[in-house]
Amino acid sequence: MSTYYASLLAESGVLLLGALSVYIILATGQLSLGNGAFMGIGAYLSSWLTVTMNLPLTLALVISAVFAGIVGAIVAFPALRLKGIYLAMATVGFGEMVRSFFLNFDTMGGSGGFRGMQHVGVGYIWLWAGGILIAVMLLERSRVWLEMQAVHDDETAAGLIGLNTVVTKIGAFAAGAAVAAISGGLFAHHNVYIEPANFGFERSVEFVLAVILGGSTVAPGSMVGSMLLIFLPEFLRPIADWRLAAFGSLLVIVLLVRRQGILDRSLIRTLTFRRAAA
Amino acid sequence: MLIQQLVNGLTLGAVYTLLALSYSLVMGILGILNLAIAELFMIGGFIGFTLISAGFPLPIAVLGGMLGAASIAIIVEKIGYQPLRDAPLVTPMLSTLGFSIILQNIATNIWGSDPLQLPIFGEQFEIGPIRIGEMQLLVLGATVVLVALTAYIVQKTPMGRALRAVAENRDVARILGVSADRLMMMAFILSGALAGVAGVLIALHYGAITPYLGVEIGLKAIAVMVIGGTTRIWGALVAGPLIGIAEVLTVAYGGSQIRDFVVYGFMILILLLRPQGLLGGARSDQGQRV
Repeated sequence: MSTYYASLLAESGVLLLGALSVYIILATGQLSLGNGAFMGIGAYLSSWLTVTMNLPLTLALVISAVFAGIVGAIVAFPALRLKGIYLAMATVGFGEMVRSFFLNFDTMGGSGGFRGMQHVGVGYIWLWAGGILIAVMLLERSRVWLEMQAVHDDETAAGLIGLNTVVTKIGAFAAGAAVAAISGGLFAHHNVYIEPANFGFERSVEFVLAVILGGSTVAPGSMVGSMLLIFLPEFLRPIADWRLAAFGSLLVIVLLVRRQGILDRSLIRTLTFRRAAA
Repeated sequence: MLIQQLVNGLTLGAVYTLLALSYSLVMGILGILNLAIAELFMIGGFIGFTLISAGFPLPIAVLGGMLGAASIAIIVEKIGYQPLRDAPLVTPMLSTLGFSIILQNIATNIWGSDPLQLPIFGEQFEIGPIRIGEMQLLVLGATVVLVALTAYIVQKTPMGRALRAVAENRDVARILGVSADRLMMMAFILSGALAGVAGVLIALHYGAITPYLGVEIGLKAIAVMVIGGTTRIWGALVAGPLIGIAEVLTVAYGGSQIRDFVVYGFMILILLLRPQGLLGGARSDQGQRV
């Protein structure tokens, strides 16, 4: 495998984790347009832990994930008051606040960025990405996921049958934040350089894009979306300058003809020759 | 130079007001966040800029930016909103995001990603200790006129009444014989036209423009809309200058970069404590459906 394709594969692993972080939160009916911020928290904290504190990367990633999870829960608690577009706008604001914080965080370079991390390869990244993808797929077969779906479909009804919707929604935010933080830690240690601009609005949008394009109702959809987002440009070389316009059009087309995204349960069934469960 | 800072903040705030008004026309009436507005603003700016560079007078440039942005708004409505209007509100928001990506890419390909420069437009006056440009006065004046005009259209004209009826309850409005389709289109066109004018004004005021101008100012304008109240026109008129002045003052007396922190922090506080905005009346449930 050429180093070029290895780096594309590494990028798609990082994006897959970012997409999954949005997917978990979306599963409870909450759209976050600020997950780039959690990614940034993971990137900065894990870099500080490995560079300044000399911790091994795996431990640093776990600590960052836990920390980001706590921040996610703290953010989610007031955000329970908001729904739909208002929640999306609040997460945009949160993302911009975090980016602005890193811009002023002179201890770690401020606008100049931070460097000095150990480089990690594509294998280690996919160990995390694949592992978390499988974990989310296992979660999808659990009772917890059913509760998340219930909150997604009708929060009031879910509350009336005795489900704790508050815990479900906050838990999803915390889990999503933790996954985004791991994505950020891997990003930082793959690129060995981070700056606040890496974790702005456009990054958050990229995550959402991967989920919506790939499929917002099944976890492997995030993988389809992130692969598409990273590898499609290779096939679009002849129209390199118009790549983004192609993506934008693809997004609009997918929303118009296939709202659930490219991959969904029935397509998975068709692909695996399994019959629909009665 | 406190007064000078206030004047500068007021100009910046005026642009926020126009753009926030553009967001809230669509948000207040249809309940969706049109993310393409930031890019309509940017493209409007480029069109105005190009016309001025080609030697056309200012009114033609403003009209060009306005018509250009409004026509793109029609396309966004036809393709990105109309087929999706019965979907959950987040779906049309994402399709407008698709358009914003497309428009930014088109602008980058047409005008390049480097900032385009134009000599500062108009004369500079000295009024006592304050220096104020002709362009600055124009921005302020145009904002007052456009906000008043929009308020008049929405409050007093039959079309405005119909728009408000659609905002209140789309189905009932339809039953009562209001052509909801045409009015939704009108909301998009009005908002596109406002964004286009704002774009031309800010491009000429700054004397520079890039394809990324929309993202920078568009997100800020969303914050201004929230702070003023998503369904209140007068809210933007108060919140725009408030945020513009707060921003200029934090840059002048605090640090240069904490301004975004302050603005978005304030927006989140408003969302949590007073979702109807500073000037809003009863709390509206618009936009709460996922």
